[in-house]
Amino acid sequence: MRTNDVMLQTATKVVTFIILMFAVHIFFAGHYTPGGGFVGGLLTASAIVLLMLAFDIPTIKKILPINYVVLTAVGLLIAIATASASIIFDVPFFTHAYDYFDLPLFGKTSLHSALLFDIGVYLVVVGVTMTIIQTIGEDE
Amino acid sequence: MSNLALFPIVIPLIFAAILMLFPKKLHMQRTVAIAGVVTTLASALILFSKVNSDGVQAVTLGSWPAPFGISMVSDMFSVLLVLSSTIVTMFVLFYSIPTIGVKREQSFYYPAVLFLMTGVNGAFTTGDIFNLFVFIEVLLMASYALIVHGGEKPQLRESIKYLLVNIISSALFVSAVAYLYSVTGTLNMADLAVKIPQIEAVGILTVIAVLFLVVFGFKAAIFPLYFWLPGSYFAPPMAILALFGALLTKVGVYAIMRTYTLFFTMNTGFTHELLAIIAILTILAGCVGALAYFDVKKIIIYNIIIAVGVILFGISQMNAAGVEGSIFYLVHDMLIKAALFLLVGILTVIFGTSDLRKMGGLIKNYPVFGWTFLVAAFGLAGIPPLSGFPGKLLIVQGGFEGTHFWGSLVILATSLLVLLSVVRIFIYAFWGEPARIKTINRKHYLSMFVPTAILVALTVVLGAGAELFMPFISDAGEVLLNPSLYIDAVLKE
Repeated sequence: MRTNDVMLQTATKVVTFIILMFAVHIFFAGHYTPGGGFVGGLLTASAIVLLMLAFDIPTIKKILPINYVVLTAVGLLIAIATASASIIFDVPFFTHAYDYFDLPLFGKTSLHSALLFDIGVYLVVVGVTMTIIQTIGEDE
Repeated sequence: MSNLALFPIVIPLIFAAILMLFPKKLHMQRTVAIAGVVTTLASALILFSKVNSDGVQAVTLGSWPAPFGISMVSDMFSVLLVLSSTIVTMFVLFYSIPTIGVKREQSFYYPAVLFLMTGVNGAFTTGDIFNLFVFIEVLLMASYALIVHGGEKPQLRESIKYLLVNIISSALFVSAVAYLYSVTGTLNMADLAVKIPQIEAVGILTVIAVLFLVVFGFKAAIFPLYFWLPGSYFAPPMAILALFGALLTKVGVYAIMRTYTLFFTMNTGFTHELLAIIAILTILAGCVGALAYFDVKKIIIYNIIIAVGVILFGISQMNAAGVEGSIFYLVHDMLIKAALFLLVGILTVIFGTSDLRKMGGLIKNYPVFGWTFLVAAFGLAGIPPLSGFPGKLLIVQGGFEGTHFWGSLVILATSLLVLLSVVRIFIYAFWGEPARIKTINRKHYLSMFVPTAILVALTVVLGAGAELFMPFISDAGEVLLNPSLYIDAVLKE
């Protein structure tokens, strides 16, 4: 029997974007307040999983043609590269740098090198979560 | 370079991430993986010479002050282990190129090996007990991937056991760390070494010390926690088995050695006595297994357990001879176990079986291989001047100088059983009536044999040139016996 998933699909089309926006918010909220790359990545992955549930895996693969293993590797490399920058400046590994900048619209903003590291974490989390879920999901 | 201690950890990680980008390109996978290991080896050598000339290297991550940030500490002991584990990984990598099979190579075999290396080197280097947990998890994740790699039926069956045992021991590990933190208020190993002697509640600390012994004992395969090892290690292909046998249990042994010399020294009458008794029981249990089986893999696997017992007995004595012996024997054991597994691997390829009773008469066709095997076997048993001898001699001496002369007697007696167990392989496989062998072409054989033979040659150098290596070993022992060297390096920047 084919289930009627019009409701799910219609809701998903809206909810996915809300989740993605929230993921971005959580991602940038990190560092001083709870949040960061890990949670942001999990939220993003959950948005993609919701899409996969509402539609099906081939459709989602068509609209998001991402190789999640490569995504994980790229994330890892970004994270390691950020951490390794400390080697060039000859300070202990993982030492971060930050400063305050006056940006248009945002006003006084503090920018961290930790953000780059978090982008790496974000990509790794999305990549790993999606690889796991896809592998399990496709087995049927 | 303040970050030098981190290079052997970060380099394989970078190469592993790069390798994940193009899993299907066989030639690139091999080249990049070898480049990764060779670079790591170079960095480990530089680190070794730095530690040798300037003493203990410590760096606390993120520029936090020492007890609060995560410290990475390279003393002579840890750098010797990093160096030997990198050498072992390199030769196993060379050996796995002709043996592991294209299908495995194309499904993330090399990244997994490099991740394993990251975890192992990290565990040897870290100076923070929770960070040790993290690195052990890293190497366990990689080992989970490797143990199921290829997905053959016995692998899947054994990996479930392996996973369960390790998840339980990891859960215990976190609880033990939590107990330790609630009693001492710190997790930095150097800081622990300062704080623990000031705490009067020796009882609870002893409980925590024993809990850590159980946790690390699972990883190190001590009696009676080794039950998972013979089955799990039996399943994966030989190259992976060689990596596991040479490196994974040694991380557990290292962790016991580090914690039981650096800070769990408040009640040695109980904890180290217990360690000595368990070590002897481990040796005996291992001997039973090594003699009971007719399967070459099983025989060598049980020899891992024996070696763990010998090393831990040396450390339980807490005197210069015992500790130095343990360090020497640990380095020797990493090299010789990898060499033996690779040799046995070639045997199983030639005969197409790992059952001793179906082997025989190989010495006529492969004389060089036969004698190399005999040298490795003698090295394992500790016949002078091979590499097993100096370590075992010092451990036995440590036992006689300490309170456990009976333990030394057991070690001496069981050396004969170890010799018997490996010489049995030699007699069955190389002497007697020639059994049916598979024809393998010369090039394939050499590509397996050459890395193995070099590894055996290295152990011979280690044994015959023991005099050359002893200064490094006693340097390493010095830090273990005299924790203030370690503490000062970390806490006084």
